[in-house]
Amino acid sequence: MPKILAVDDSASMRQMVTFTLKGAGFEVEEAADGQQALNKAKQGSFDLVLSDVNMPVMDGIQLVRELRTLADYKFTPILMLTTESAGDKKMEGKQAGATGWIVKPFNPDQLLNTIKKVLG
Amino acid sequence: MSEQQALSNTGNAASAEDVENSLGSHDAATDQFLTFIMANEEYGVDILSVQEIRGWEAATPIPNSPDFVKGVINLRGTIVPIIDLRLRFGLEQVEYSPVTVVIVLKVTTEKGNKVIGIVVDAVSDVYSLTADDMRHPPEMGDQVNTTFIKGLADVQGKMVILLNIDELLNLKEMPDVDAIKNMIHD
Amino acid sequence: MSIDLSQFHQVFFEESFEGLDSMEGGLLDLNPDDFDVETINTIFRAAHSIKGGAGTFGFQVVADFTHVVETLLDEIRAGSRALEASHVDLLLRSVDCLREIMQALQDGDEPEMSLANDLQGQFEAVLAGEASSESSSSDASVLSPDVQPEQAAEESSDDVDGAEESKGYWAIYFKPDADVLRTGNEPVRMFRELEALGEFRSQAVVCDVPEFNQLEPEACYLAWNITVAGGTREEVDEVFEWVIDESELSIRWVDGVPSEADLGESEPVSADTTAQETVEDVSEVVEEPVEAITEAPESVDAQTQTSQPQPEETKPSEPKASKKAASKSSPETTSIRVGIDKIDSLINMVGELVITQSMLGQLGANFDMNKLVRLQEGLAQLEHNTRELQESVMRIRMLPISFTFSRFPRLVRDLSKLMDKKIDLVLLGENTELDKTVMEKIGDPMVHLVRNSLDHGIEKPEERIAAGKPETGTITLNAFHQGGNIVIQIIDDGKGLNKERILSKAIERGLVSEHDRLSDDQINELIFHAGFSTAEQISDISGRGVGMDVVRRNIQELNGTVEVESTEGVGSTFTIRLPLTLAILDGQLVRVGEEVFILPLVSIIESLQVDMSMINNVGGQNEVLRLRDEYVPIVKLHELLHVEPDNYELENGLLVVVEADSSKVGLFVDDLLAQQQVVIKSLEQNYQKVDGISGATILGDGKVALIVDISGVLKIANQNKVRTLPGDHQAA
Repeated sequence: MPKILAVDDSASMRQMVTFTLKGAGFEVEEAADGQQALNKAKQGSFDLVLSDVNMPVMDGIQLVRELRTLADYKFTPILMLTTESAGDKKMEGKQAGATGWIVKPFNPDQLLNTIKKVLG
Repeated sequence: MSEQQALSNTGNAASAEDVENSLGSHDAATDQFLTFIMANEEYGVDILSVQEIRGWEAATPIPNSPDFVKGVINLRGTIVPIIDLRLRFGLEQVEYSPVTVVIVLKVTTEKGNKVIGIVVDAVSDVYSLTADDMRHPPEMGDQVNTTFIKGLADVQGKMVILLNIDELLNLKEMPDVDAIKNMIHD
Repeated sequence: MSIDLSQFHQVFFEESFEGLDSMEGGLLDLNPDDFDVETINTIFRAAHSIKGGAGTFGFQVVADFTHVVETLLDEIRAGSRALEASHVDLLLRSVDCLREIMQALQDGDEPEMSLANDLQGQFEAVLAGEASSESSSSDASVLSPDVQPEQAAEESSDDVDGAEESKGYWAIYFKPDADVLRTGNEPVRMFRELEALGEFRSQAVVCDVPEFNQLEPEACYLAWNITVAGGTREEVDEVFEWVIDESELSIRWVDGVPSEADLGESEPVSADTTAQETVEDVSEVVEEPVEAITEAPESVDAQTQTSQPQPEETKPSEPKASKKAASKSSPETTSIRVGIDKIDSLINMVGELVITQSMLGQLGANFDMNKLVRLQEGLAQLEHNTRELQESVMRIRMLPISFTFSRFPRLVRDLSKLMDKKIDLVLLGENTELDKTVMEKIGDPMVHLVRNSLDHGIEKPEERIAAGKPETGTITLNAFHQGGNIVIQIIDDGKGLNKERILSKAIERGLVSEHDRLSDDQINELIFHAGFSTAEQISDISGRGVGMDVVRRNIQELNGTVEVESTEGVGSTFTIRLPLTLAILDGQLVRVGEEVFILPLVSIIESLQVDMSMINNVGGQNEVLRLRDEYVPIVKLHELLHVEPDNYELENGLLVVVEADSSKVGLFVDDLLAQQQVVIKSLEQNYQKVDGISGATILGDGKVALIVDISGVLKIANQNKVRTLPGDHQAA
């Protein structure tokens, strides 16, 4: 089953995402900021990365940039979790190399649909 | 004691149904009472408030406490006060013997539940009683406080004074036992 | 599938309260003239998280309110709006407001929104008032009207119909950016999505593929002509949503049946039309996403709105007032966060305990006297394990005092503003740990002492300058461990306690007489007496002098002490001493007659055998001990506690000098026994409070021993003294 890395500094958000994805049969690991996520990504091999934008230590945009420099993650789908008001963040994310985005707030079904769309 | 005895009190033939009925039945509200002897009188307390029965053991005295508070004991890690009921009733204290018994009760107060032990002469029996079996204590006027008496019951020809344990152990003044005794034996 | 989101609510509330605390802390640190970017970012992130979570979990009112808060913070951190003090105030008030709303939601009540609406209006006024330098939002809206007419001409049929399975198809030209793969996007994936909409056919356009030796394997040089016989325009747009900005994309509806011509050979079909049209097409599609994007959030909103009413609907029928009061007054929570390291250490200790137990079990199974030494070693090991385990467990309940300290910056800020005083708050020793319950209960007394320093201690700026002090006063909270206790000091550099006034007030109230000679410390101690207050007016802030004695009583209930040191004109220091845990006491066992009592070790100064030459008699009845340069009154414990002692004569027993409330007293006992840690058991739980006794404990032999309350004993002794000495004291 595909392995997903869920990154968000909000514990409740991480819990919800993990619960939703695990329920659909995915393997999930969590990280609370970009640095943690980067470390985990290097140690594991994820098929998809889901990341919030605003996080301490290293934000989502920087995380995308860093991931894209890693050989294993050049083509890995990376989805940003972003709020609708942050139009420029979407652009920044794309420029950093993100695959796409999911708009917050989202409900579990929307999350699953998007993930399934990407992972096929 | 066995169910048989409980049933014999109500004069019914023993049967499985009757057993069920007498123990906490729904229609004729039955209560079970543990009775004990003190100064030749038989008293009863609601069995639901009885936590356990122990033999007497030395209690640590509490300074500046009334004489009927013998002290506190260690009940599996909890500090529990022991009250001598004779002294509480203003009767003479007797020497404690191997059959002296402490009944540990759960008492409900406005501040919550307390666990208190009472020293009695001896434990008697457990009886099942319905509301019909009980009668109210006679009016004694304002002089005598009888709130601590739940009622009187006639059990096998004996008079049992049923105590309202919450009232008894929360009472400020001494109950007037003599007056009560007289009233009972009238 | 539908997931019940309410299972995440509790975590959301907890992290939101933490987020609000972090916002408050950051806001208090903010200096408008020179603000730290990282602080603003932290505040912004906290608000952003709360908004995101609130929206996700269905608390739309919170999301909406937090949105304006976040917007202001965003402008400030982006530098497009200058930070003003008024903003900080508004933000702090909104933090308070959010806390209340969240608390209501957590309790299952309907939150009171009037304040939030009011604040929201204020935010909107601020945001609208001075235009920020960002105007991108207006650009977007300008675009769409221009775009529409063209679209209408070209694609009027699609949006209206929703064009499903009718006689037509989408003709799509898609040339992704060369880097499309490097963003993790896969054209093939998109084609699969299109396939789901209707019959899908495609033809790759290879004209841009370079020579092999120039080929970058990770780049995409292909374009495609595609026909999809179904789907709405929205659905097609969605497929390309993520790549549209970096791609050439043209989508048009064609009636009829797709033919080979639509797919072309190697040329993009749409490019057959004039170059101008191509340019138009591309520009069209660039503008469209703005619409598409603005449409999508609406559908999301609609969904969250339907799910939102539920959490707030299910409120219990209990009266709101009592619930609110209950939750507001008790800051106590029923859970505690524990570091994993503490848990691991605990698990290790239990492991060792199990080993020791099994070793002892084996020894016991076939015991003979030869094995005695090993048994004793095993028992020593057991004692060691148990003690370690005990320490480990106690540490679990310990939290850093920063949790309590954290409420003070806000308190000092608000009150100093109210009183027109300038006050700096310094916090030291925030990492000092203490028991969670002790910490929760020490909060209120500390607040009272700090308020007292704010109100009566620190002078107004003019007064300070006149006294040669810096205009800004300083209040310092200092916490540290000392000898098995935690010490908390509240230090101010204000005007100190006015001994004359205290003394005259005390005499007026009959607490002391004019003839008494009191040391400075004893005079200062008088402020802890009930009914004592020398404040000129009864100020709202510190109350009616019901403060200090209640403070001391609260602290004593925690088995702690509070004392004051003060120098007029310089300042005051209140020192609170608390045991590290409520449950355990270091005790000195003493014997009086047949009974064993426990004296708190922390109160004991020294013990000595009495030499009658050291004893004086005052007033014929009360013995005092001459100890170096002071006189210490003697209290005979056997009298106080009504026990038959072995000795009535002082010289045959022992005197234990103890201290409480800044006064010393010598307790007369028969014998000193061991010192040990005792577990404090409540006497009040099943019996009642007994004067002079603070609790009970169970000794090794299973018997109950009473713990002496030193302060209480002193009080009783003083009362007795009053009664026996002929009347220079009036009743206290």
